[in-house]
Amino acid sequence: MVWLQILIDGFAISSLYALGAIGFTLIFGVSGVLNLAHGGVMLVAALMGWMLAGEAGLGTWLGTLLGVLAGLVAAYITYLMVVRPIQRSSAIPREEKEIFVLTGTLLWGIMIQQGMAYIFTDNPVTMRPLFPGVATIAGVRTPLNEVMIAVVCWVVIGLLWFFVNRTRAGKALLAASMNPRGLTLLGFELSRVYLLAWTLYGVLAGVAGVLLASFLGVSSNNTGQLTASAFSIVVLGGLGSVSGSLMAAYVVGYLETITAYLIAPTLRPMPALVLLVLVVYLRPQGFLGRR
Amino acid sequence: MPNLVRSRMLWAAVLLAVAAVTLPWWVSGYILGILTVAYYFSVFSMAWDLLFGFAGEVNFGPTFLIGLGAYTAAILDARWGPPILVCIVAGGLVALVGGLLLAVPALRLRGPYFGLITLVAVLLLQNAIVIFAGITGGEIGMTVPDVMSVSAEQNYWYALAFLVVCAIILFGLSRSAIGLILQASGQDAIGAQALGFNVTKHKLAAFCISAVFSGVAGAMLVFYQGTASVSTVVDLGVGVQIIIAAVLGGRRTILGAVLGAVFLIVAGEFLRPLGQINTFVVAALALAVILFFPDGLLGNLLRVRERE
Repeated sequence: MVWLQILIDGFAISSLYALGAIGFTLIFGVSGVLNLAHGGVMLVAALMGWMLAGEAGLGTWLGTLLGVLAGLVAAYITYLMVVRPIQRSSAIPREEKEIFVLTGTLLWGIMIQQGMAYIFTDNPVTMRPLFPGVATIAGVRTPLNEVMIAVVCWVVIGLLWFFVNRTRAGKALLAASMNPRGLTLLGFELSRVYLLAWTLYGVLAGVAGVLLASFLGVSSNNTGQLTASAFSIVVLGGLGSVSGSLMAAYVVGYLETITAYLIAPTLRPMPALVLLVLVVYLRPQGFLGRR
Repeated sequence: MPNLVRSRMLWAAVLLAVAAVTLPWWVSGYILGILTVAYYFSVFSMAWDLLFGFAGEVNFGPTFLIGLGAYTAAILDARWGPPILVCIVAGGLVALVGGLLLAVPALRLRGPYFGLITLVAVLLLQNAIVIFAGITGGEIGMTVPDVMSVSAEQNYWYALAFLVVCAIILFGLSRSAIGLILQASGQDAIGAQALGFNVTKHKLAAFCISAVFSGVAGAMLVFYQGTASVSTVVDLGVGVQIIIAAVLGGRRTILGAVLGAVFLIVAGEFLRPLGQINTFVVAALALAVILFFPDGLLGNLLRVRERE
């Protein structure tokens, strides 16, 4: 019985992790940027969605939609006002761009966190469930919301897969991750490809944010935690590998759920951290990473 | 030309140090208290700059080393109560051992992986402190029975003397042959190796030096504040502040880190009336500096002079 519960809970949490991490890995794969403001972007979507759905009285669905939009705006600001100026700056030597992007996005993430805490306080908030009701799966009573969130995550991931592999714009994105110079030689404007990547990123992070608000709840205090878990999932799976990230999300999600259920809830993050250290030492390219 | 710049910078540093010495005669204990913390922070930032600016390794977990030093000293003092000096030395040693354990395998990794490992090390330490709450006091932190001194002036002298000693050692080191080799291996590891330098050995040495200074400074901070807690010496936010201070002051300058740290702590204190929003403002200022003056405060000054 407990095992069945772990199976269901773990699946829902893992799906959400997967969605949260997939945008992060997309941006890294396409433009080589590790966006440490990731948790901040999710937070904006989550809190705006919660506020608009609840206090502004727009209803759960409209609030959710606008929340995703807010996440998209936050992603655009991250790219246009922080990442791109650093990439284009002539005062920063090329080999140091990476650390500047890291530091810059980190600072921007702190600004989002503090700004949001100032507006909304840092009390944890939970959105009303998108799908009220209870489902019974093989004798285990589970909130319908939990099941449906896993479904929504997979629908979004499926759409992303379709977009990247089956449409022209998506294929350009894929090509940019393999060989940006080759893509420009074919007459594609690289900056537009990057903008597209950040658009997708914004939507993915936004959806992950509002779903998180509806499922587990968010507080501006967890911003760093959100970034850290996305970062570690992506590294576990292999930087830039989407299927690796999906796999890693399930490994981490289930490890955490099993620890929380069978050992102690306080130890929840520990096994995943230890696994991360082991993987980075023994196989730095991650599960499915290219070297 | 570089000689001139160096000597000017040296004179400016000496002048600042002299000014800092005279402070206790004309400012209040409150300001001395802020500066005391800022001086310990400066040592954290300088130690970080040696590793990043010169060895080219991004250490996201300076607080792992600081926390080890701080908690070792605190636990030792609370349990057995040897002289404070013994606790501080022990803190430095444990930080050194911890740094070695972390760095020996981690230095095989490149770029973001090294950064990630150092980040995870902090999270693990933080979790360990919470789990072994019986010894470490957990999330609340622990109080140490001894402090260095109760007089603000006395504490200020200790911090200032420690800062000056560290600055001389670290700055001298960065301008020595070792510093140049480090800089070379940070910028072009293969080139440095081809010239016959043992890159790994030098980077490891840099990490050890950084660890000892961080650990000792962490331990001293504990004996100044009288407590050791996760939020003051281990939390990732503290590490971020250290990194910001170093980048703000100017990478690869060592002394710039002092300016950055003092600015950051003092600005944070003066913006305190803004309430919750003060971290926001500090982060925004730091972001603006990174975007518009990527060489940092001191780096920019030096560049302007070189152009003249």
